[in-house]
Amino acid sequence: MNWDVVIPLLIFLASIFIIGFWASRKIASKSNFLQEYFLGSRELGGLILAMTMIATYGSASSFVGGPGAAYSQGLGWVLLAMSQVATGYFVLMILGKKFAIKARQYKAVTLVDYLKGRYNSKAVVLLSALSIIIFLFSAMTAQWVGGARLIESLTGLSYISALFIFAVSVIIYVIFGGFRAVAVTDTLQGIVMFFGTLIILVGTIIAGGGMGNIMSDLANENPNLVSPFGHDGSLTPLYVSSFWILVGVGVVGLPQVAVRAMSYKDSKGMHRALIIGTVVVAFMMFGMHLVGVMARPILPGIEVADSVMPRIAMEVLPAWLAGIVLAAPMAAIMSTVDSLLLLVSSTIVKDVYLNYVNPEATRKKVKSISFGITAVLGISVFALALSPPDLLIWLNLFAFGGLESAFIWPVVLGLYWAKGNKYGAMASIILGVGAYSVIHNVWPEPFGMHTVTLPVVISFLGYVITSLLTDRSITYANLQDDASNG
Amino acid sequence: MAEQEKKLDMRFKLAHREAWIGIGLVLFNFIWWFGFAYGLGSAPVEEYSYILGMPAWFFYSCVAGSILMMVLVAVIVKSFFKEVPFEVEEEEEKV
Repeated sequence: MNWDVVIPLLIFLASIFIIGFWASRKIASKSNFLQEYFLGSRELGGLILAMTMIATYGSASSFVGGPGAAYSQGLGWVLLAMSQVATGYFVLMILGKKFAIKARQYKAVTLVDYLKGRYNSKAVVLLSALSIIIFLFSAMTAQWVGGARLIESLTGLSYISALFIFAVSVIIYVIFGGFRAVAVTDTLQGIVMFFGTLIILVGTIIAGGGMGNIMSDLANENPNLVSPFGHDGSLTPLYVSSFWILVGVGVVGLPQVAVRAMSYKDSKGMHRALIIGTVVVAFMMFGMHLVGVMARPILPGIEVADSVMPRIAMEVLPAWLAGIVLAAPMAAIMSTVDSLLLLVSSTIVKDVYLNYVNPEATRKKVKSISFGITAVLGISVFALALSPPDLLIWLNLFAFGGLESAFIWPVVLGLYWAKGNKYGAMASIILGVGAYSVIHNVWPEPFGMHTVTLPVVISFLGYVITSLLTDRSITYANLQDDASNG
Repeated sequence: MAEQEKKLDMRFKLAHREAWIGIGLVLFNFIWWFGFAYGLGSAPVEEYSYILGMPAWFFYSCVAGSILMMVLVAVIVKSFFKEVPFEVEEEEEKV
């Protein structure tokens, strides 16, 4: 075993446990268990808010898959990755203060709570809870597989032991620490990701003999590598631009990101998070993807794209420093799965169980159910990740695009368009998920754009048209709802 | 109650304005990114000029563009975004 690499990783894991333990003591001291466990009592400040948003969003693909693709595509893939700079400011500016105020009015703890408060419809709640559970459960499992593979390749442990270490560490701090532990560990993980990027970027530029040298090596190998069009000229401007929807503005519709936009303490924190978030996300996406490109002249001929990051780190840095840098992708994966685990758990406990199964549950009961569901989810993800079934891999492939198509309009138009109603929201969710699954399978990348583009347009039309068509009947239906609820 | 409604309206007006600023920023970001990348990058590779060792299209679109966005966001947030309270003044729900 390569101890120089393993020791920094162990220190990293140990710090995460300490934070989880600290957060679990906070939970005991708060009077409102649900708000604390699933939302950290809405006490996040600017730095933590920025970091938890970026770390949740930046996953295995930003630190492992992305640099691997940049290695084979060249600077065109860095250009594509830069569409993510928008996530740093767009989500918080669009959802912004109105979402924060509305979420407090509705006493919303989850995104589904917000939709429930806005649309007051059981169908919307169940549809959205179902999409979150199915898609994010699959996304989570795929990330665990990535995390375990990474530990496997770094330490030489077997896949199963690596998965076990990964699973145990995540499950323990999420179960006992809740949202606060997730957000604070995300901050630590975000800081590790930031400095990891800085170190590897500088190390790679030096190892390649300077930026100018690396670029001329690339141009000599294949001039397309320094053009914006990819190694074989196949990255068209339209295709690359359509990623602004998938990884730029569409991120507003991701439940794991949106829920963070209701977790902050005050507008001062939000303002700071906007600035910090933009700086950090721009630097990380730029640095990691550029490293992938620059790795090409230094280590030519890597076949497995996912191994580009670990191999370049081991190549250009001393072993102990590589250990610190490789904690970054580890951190990226952990900070994503911890949020997903808690989100799926909150959807089951808060949105399904407390809404429809047992609204009268006592505090003690809610607490043990929350711990229990989180544990059961964690263990089932572990079991599935041992040998992931094909269906799951398939679901994960469109988890992000599918969720974005489902939620972007019910959330954003629900916030800003008074005429939007529950029928519009239902149509939007059904059409978004449906169109995404169909187009993904029978007509991938229509008109040379990423698959997500059309479903987002379709679910927009679905929301607006259905809301307008049902505008008159709604008054009658509302009265009935009010009568049956009140 | 009417008083409270009025206060909410004021805050929502502010929030709406800030959301429009977000849309404006993202459009500007996109145009800058797209214009430099494909405006300069579409020339034949042999004719590229280089800045700090990077092709000019890449430098302006990805490096200068990102730094510009960081500065713009910081300036806009500091000068146009107002601090408002979020609470709707009522007691916490105990669960």
